[in-house]
Order: sequence, then C-alpha cells, then structure tokens
Amino acid sequence: MSGNMNLTLKVWRQKNSSASGKFVTYKAPEISPDMSFLEMLDVVNEGLVKKSEDPIQFDHDCREGICGMCSLVINGEPHGPKRATTTCQLHMRSFNDGDTIVIEPFRAAAFPVVKDLAVNRSAFDRIQQAGGYVSIGTGGVPDANEIAIPKVIADEAFNSATCIGCGACVAACKNASAMLFVSAKISQYAMLPQGQPERYARAEAMVLQMDEEGFGGCTNTYACEAKCPKEIKVTNIARMNREFFNAEFIKG
Amino acid sequence: MLDAKIPSGPLAEKWNKHKFDLKLVNPSNKRKYDIIVVGTGLAGASAAASLAELGYNVKAFCFQDSPRRAHSIAAQGGINAAKNYPNDGDSVFRLFYDTIKGGDYRSREGNVYRLAEVSVNIIDQCVAQGVPFAREYGGLLDNRSFGGAQVSRTFYARGQTGQQLLLGAYSALNRQINLGKVKMYTRSEMLDVVTVDGKAQGIITRNLIDGTIESHAGHAVLLCTGGYGNVFYLSTNAMGSNVTAAWRAHKRGAYMANPCYTQIHPTCIPVSGDHQSKLTLMSESLRNDGRVWVPKTKEIAERLRKGEIKAVDLKEDERDYFLERKYPSFGNLVPRDVASRNAKQVCDEGKGVGKTGLAVYLDFADSIKRLGEDTVAAKYGNLFDMYRQITDENPYKLPMRIYPAVHYTMGGLWVDYNLMTSIPGLYALGEANFSDHGANRLGASALMQGLADGYFVIPYTLGDYLAKIGPAPIDANRPEFAKVKSEVEVRVKTLLSLRGNKTVDEYHRDLGKIMWEYCGMSRDEEGLKKAKGMISDLRADFWKNAIVLGDNEEVNQSLEKAGRVADFLELGELMIDDALNRDESCGGHFREEYQTPEGEALRNDDDFAYVAAWAYTGDNMPEELHKEQLEFENVKLTQRSYK
Repeated sequence: MSGNMNLTLKVWRQKNSSASGKFVTYKAPEISPDMSFLEMLDVVNEGLVKKSEDPIQFDHDCREGICGMCSLVINGEPHGPKRATTTCQLHMRSFNDGDTIVIEPFRAAAFPVVKDLAVNRSAFDRIQQAGGYVSIGTGGVPDANEIAIPKVIADEAFNSATCIGCGACVAACKNASAMLFVSAKISQYAMLPQGQPERYARAEAMVLQMDEEGFGGCTNTYACEAKCPKEIKVTNIARMNREFFNAEFIKG
Repeated sequence: MLDAKIPSGPLAEKWNKHKFDLKLVNPSNKRKYDIIVVGTGLAGASAAASLAELGYNVKAFCFQDSPRRAHSIAAQGGINAAKNYPNDGDSVFRLFYDTIKGGDYRSREGNVYRLAEVSVNIIDQCVAQGVPFAREYGGLLDNRSFGGAQVSRTFYARGQTGQQLLLGAYSALNRQINLGKVKMYTRSEMLDVVTVDGKAQGIITRNLIDGTIESHAGHAVLLCTGGYGNVFYLSTNAMGSNVTAAWRAHKRGAYMANPCYTQIHPTCIPVSGDHQSKLTLMSESLRNDGRVWVPKTKEIAERLRKGEIKAVDLKEDERDYFLERKYPSFGNLVPRDVASRNAKQVCDEGKGVGKTGLAVYLDFADSIKRLGEDTVAAKYGNLFDMYRQITDENPYKLPMRIYPAVHYTMGGLWVDYNLMTSIPGLYALGEANFSDHGANRLGASALMQGLADGYFVIPYTLGDYLAKIGPAPIDANRPEFAKVKSEVEVRVKTLLSLRGNKTVDEYHRDLGKIMWEYCGMSRDEEGLKKAKGMISDLRADFWKNAIVLGDNEEVNQSLEKAGRVADFLELGELMIDDALNRDESCGGHFREEYQTPEGEALRNDDDFAYVAAWAYTGDNMPEELHKEQLEFENVKLTQRSYK
C-alpha cells in the first residue's frame, strides 16, 4: 500500500438552482489511499468548516453502494473511473499522488442543480409514479408459491430490478437519456407473471412521463451501460422499445 | 405500571380476537381523515401505501431526495417467515419461540406471536408486488437458514433483500401518490410533534432546500424513522440516519423504552483509520459457510499484524476456531450478540489480527474446497466484491477480516400492542419502536418487523383510534401549532448562532467514542458513571463551541448535522442511565458484573423482567422510569445456551 497523497480538487460550486456556478480549486493534502472518495471530501469539508467556509454540498447516504443517493462526475465520468462502482465505494487508491481531480454534478436538463454537486432527481420518482408498480393492494393476494416462476426468468428480472436509481445513465449519455433507468423497471415487470395484466399500459405511461420530464432519446452509444454501477444491460432498452411499440397495437 | 393493552385469551387467538374487537372507520368517512407518516423505509412506505389504499389521506415525509433511499434499502441477508415451505419443522410457534429466546426473554409474548403470525402474509404480499426473491429451478421460492436458526425460513433476494423489499413498498407508495391519496414531501425533516389536548395532531418540518419551517396537521402521526445507531458515530447505518424525530417526540411526552439495547453485528469490515465515516456490514449469511478464527497465541497474532506471516501460512493447530470450540452445536452460527462478544474477547486477549489488532478472520477456504469457487461466488459474489472494493484484498484467496459494529437498536419509542406511543395519536413503527426484539434481534427479523407493522398491524389498529376521535378536521392554525413552530424556529436560530471552534463532526466522533468505549459491547457501573459525566460535559461544550455555518433559508448541511448531533448528545445520556439501571446482562446489554462462570450473559428475571420506559421531565432533569412487567405464559425462561 502506498503512502498518503496530496491532491488538487477542482469542484463545481453553485449556491442554488438559480445561481450560476463555477469551478473552485481546493487542496486535499495527506489523503490516505484507504479512504473512500466521499471520506476524502469529508476531510476537505471539515477543513473548510474550520475556516468558516461553506462546505461542499454532495448527496450521499448509505455509503454502501445501494441507496443510489451519491452521484458526482469525477474527471468526466459519472461515479468515477472504476466499472460497476458507485462514488461512495470508489477508494482513493484509484488515484495517484499529485493528481488533479475535477468534480462536477450530474449534468442534465431534467436534473437541475440543488446546490454544488447535489442535483434534483425527482423526475425519476415521477416516472415510477406513472406506472412502476403492480396495481394490487395490501392483503388478499395468493400464497407466494402459487406463482411459480422459472429461475432463469426470475434471475433475469432480478438483474433489471437491481437498479439503484442514481441517474449515472443519464449523466453518462450525451443526450441525457433516461432510457436505461426506465427500461430496467419496465423489463422487470414485463418478464414476471405479476406484471402481465398492466404490461403495456405501464410501458406507455412510463415512457410518456419520461418524455414529459425532458430526458433525451437513445442513440445507442451504450455509455449508460458502461457507467451503470449495477451493470444494467442495454438489452433492457430494446425490450422497452418493443413493449412501447406493442402497446400501440394492444391499446385497442 | 404501564399497560401494554395486550388482548386477553390464548396466545394464538389474541390478534384475531383483537382485530374483531377494534372499531372500524366507516368506508365513506375514511377520506375525512389525514394521516402523517414520517419516514419511508419498510415500515413507513408500507404503512403509507396501505393506509392510502384504505381511503385515508396520507402525507408522507422523508429527508432523503427520494423515498426509495431510506436505509432499509441496505439490508442484505433476508426476511424470515414461518411458511415452512422446506418442510423442516418450522411453524408460527417456532418462529415466535426463537424470537423470544433470541431476544433473551425481554420482549412481549403477544407482540412477537403476532409478528410470527403475519410473517407469512408479508411474503405473499411482496411476491404479488413483483419482488424477485430467489427461486429454485422448479420455479418456487428458495429458503435458507440464517443467523443461527435451525430451520430454513429466510427468504432472500441475493444479498439485496432490503433493496428489493423496499422497492416493492416504494412501488405501492408510488401507486398511491399517482392516485393522489399520498402527498409526498421529500428533503423534509421533521423537527417536532404538535399535541393538542394531549393528542398528537401534527408535526413541524423543515424544508431542506429553502429552510421553510412548515406546520402539518393530521388525525394521527406515525413515526417510522428508524433506529438511533448513529449515536455511536460509526455504525452500519446511513450517514443521515438520526434520532431527531423520535427524540423530539420523546421530549413531548413519548416514553423511550430500553434505549440501552443496541445490537452490535459481528461481521463488519474493520475500521481502517481516523477518517472512517461509517462501517460496512458483511451479511451474516457469510457465517453459514465461513469459519471464524484467530491465531492460537498472541505471538503469532503479533507476527500477523506486522505482516511477517500470512493467515494462509498458519497450520490448523495454530488456529483457534473459537466459536466452534466454545459452542459445538451452533458453532459459527451463534446469535449476533454472542458472536460479537466472543470476537471482542479474543481481540482483548491480544489475538486480534489486521493492522489494528481489532479483527478476526472469517475464512472460506474450506467451503471453497468443498463447494468450489463458483458455488461460493454464486452465493456471496456481491459481498466478496464489496469486501475487495473496500479492503483491496481478495477474500477468495485470503480470509476476510471482520469486527463487530453497531448495527441495530432494539430500544426505541415505547408502544402498546396497537403500536401507539404514550402520546395518544402518535404511533411508532419498525426500528423506531422497541416492541418485538427484546434485548437482541435475530437475523432477518428487522425486515419482517418493519413490513409487519406497516402492512398488517397499523391498518387495523389505527382505525380503532380514528373511529374513537371522529373525523372532525384538524386545524393547523390552532395556537398549539404556532407555539411549537416558534420553538423550532428559536432552536434553529440558536444553532445557527454557534460560531465556536470545533466542528459538529468532531463532537459526534467524540460522543461515538465515549458510547463505544463505555456503553458498547460490554458495560460496567464504573465506566457508565464516568461516561455520563463525559457526555454531560461534551453537551455543554457543544452549545458553546460548536461551529454551525450559513443561514436557515438555504441548503445547509452544517445546520442539519448540528440538530441531529445535539439530539444524539441527549439520547446518549439516557442510554447510559438505562444501562446503569439494568443490573443484569441480557442479549446486547452485557454488564461485566453479571455473567455466568462461562462468561455468558446472566439475567435477573426476578427483578428485571420488565421494559424500562423513560419519561422526559425537563432539561437537565433526571428522566422518570416507568415499568412494564413482561408476562411469560407460553415460554419457560431459561438460560440461553448455544453449546
């Protein structure tokens, strides 16, 4: 294990959604390679607070790579340089002594900046609210084992269901498309028997809401898949397109 | 004596009988009631969705940017249910019995039996929502044995069960938001409860984007705000997890029960340095196939710590598989409190490994030899990856290093059988209440309890209260609201006026160190008394020398943290009082003075088979102890033995 590092950070600072932002340079001295990226920012922030300067705002919560709250574009890449890794699970051993690190918020018209590096991803919630569920209430459901699901289908649906809703797919896409995110949920239900009754209505409602929110279209660059911390596959997008297309015929 | 209002009659009939005895709200009147739900984890999301489905108007609040981020999402291992699908002898009574015993006989029979009873409905509900649980090749659900259970009753979704269950509850919540029955407030933090004529009728919140302090009125308030593990600073909780909602309710009259019962989880990734911001759990399902050991002697441990030798170089007779040695029948699968305490003990004896000496090995070499690397990867791949990511070590080649960390708090707001706190109209669900896990929670039972409370208990019990108070609208313009709101504003102003020289994080770290040292895995009277003084001094210093920057009318992490840490500083002292009061050892509460000759927890059932519920009496005043006697009619209290 190498020794501690001295780093330079160029961080996007923006007071609120209506203010204009700019890069500010900070020193991050004596950073241990065992720190997570967010712990490195904690250290910088603690130094700022000691000097009565406003600490850098960034979203984070579980710090285990599962809540989907952390974000950041690090040196041009959402969640930084490693594959299948959220920012909170990125460790400083991925960087070298003397590095300059550029840190920006996720950039998309549908994700307005809240402050500094934190953005508003409520568009994602509204897409889920449009149809990302099975319309059943609590109680009155069949015994769990009355619904047999082939393991391969269950596993494939699970792969789609692992999406953490972080928005890296949008940030990675030159069109700021949300299709990987939306297609993951549509796919999960399209594959499972529980999702069948509302299969096409759901696809249609979620896609329309996605467009309403101002996300761009997909031009098949696969940047989303490359940067997805949960390795959600672009085949979900193909499935979503098929579902949406079929919805037109089935609507009747 | 407190009355938990547990229904009379035989254990197996209590809940059914009670459901019939509860008053119902006329379907056409339900839309006249407003319900406030704070927190959107498993308990909050399931409650908000279920109540909205019934027809009530729900306002739901979370401090995160989306309800899907609540920390239930991080639960890994699984959820218990007495389905007995594997035909291996499970039953509602066995799940009840295991939970009571695992909780070291400090939980209520009535509540725990109901929990076991509704556990089966939870699985049905989640599957119907499209939660992708693990399945067998035949297409039916897979089960595994978890955390020492001798039957396979745990349903799971890889190592991400909490995520899938929460996304299920979130989807039900989303449906109700879409239907207009739930109004969702994100990035909103509850800062106080408003009571009118002794009944909870609203809350005061702060909008975390623009600082607006808002009043929200409702016929009932449900706190589903999780546990208080972050009082220890380092824990497996999310960074934002806090006690503020529960603590504010406590200061308005809700009793806090058994706050000293905290669960220290045995399998977490050890601390690597002072910069550490949180600890990461490795699901205890790993103990099904991993063997826990340390070197037999201090000398070998010393050489390992210095890096002169490697764990894999040690011969079998140089290793001490201490759990297998001491507990031949349960081995590595003893309950969490027992496993944690034993790990601490061997490290205290100087046999710990890793740079700090505060770690033991969890070794998969035998399993990999027996099952093959592919099978082990299929079961635990994501956990192994996570371990590698954090430690830069390959657990397929080297044993993992693990150490206990604060994980769950069994204590919480006191509630009766209906989940109502000591303030009428104020309810607590999930980890925020104290009721089901006694002094130690079994693995895969937290998800079960959160969803039981939200999907299957509160929809029944809340109606009874609502029917009794009637549907007359609750007015947020009453003077009671203005009064509490102005108190909240004063508190915010006071916090913002602190321009000292020590950061809020430094206070939090100091508090955590005191709690971990003196009120952690083991406690004694002398240490607890010392800690009480230390916390009291630290709190006084906080209100003089903390640095809180910025203004209220903006996104202000400094202010948010300060409010939470101020509450932790008060809670810490109550936890110490509770630990001092309980002159016995039970579950997660291990008092050095009370142990068997073998070093196991020694209960005192004659004097302490009660719930300690603390009432706030005023700033810097001692809290008042109320007792709820625990009655055991269906199980015989025995010394837990896992030998």
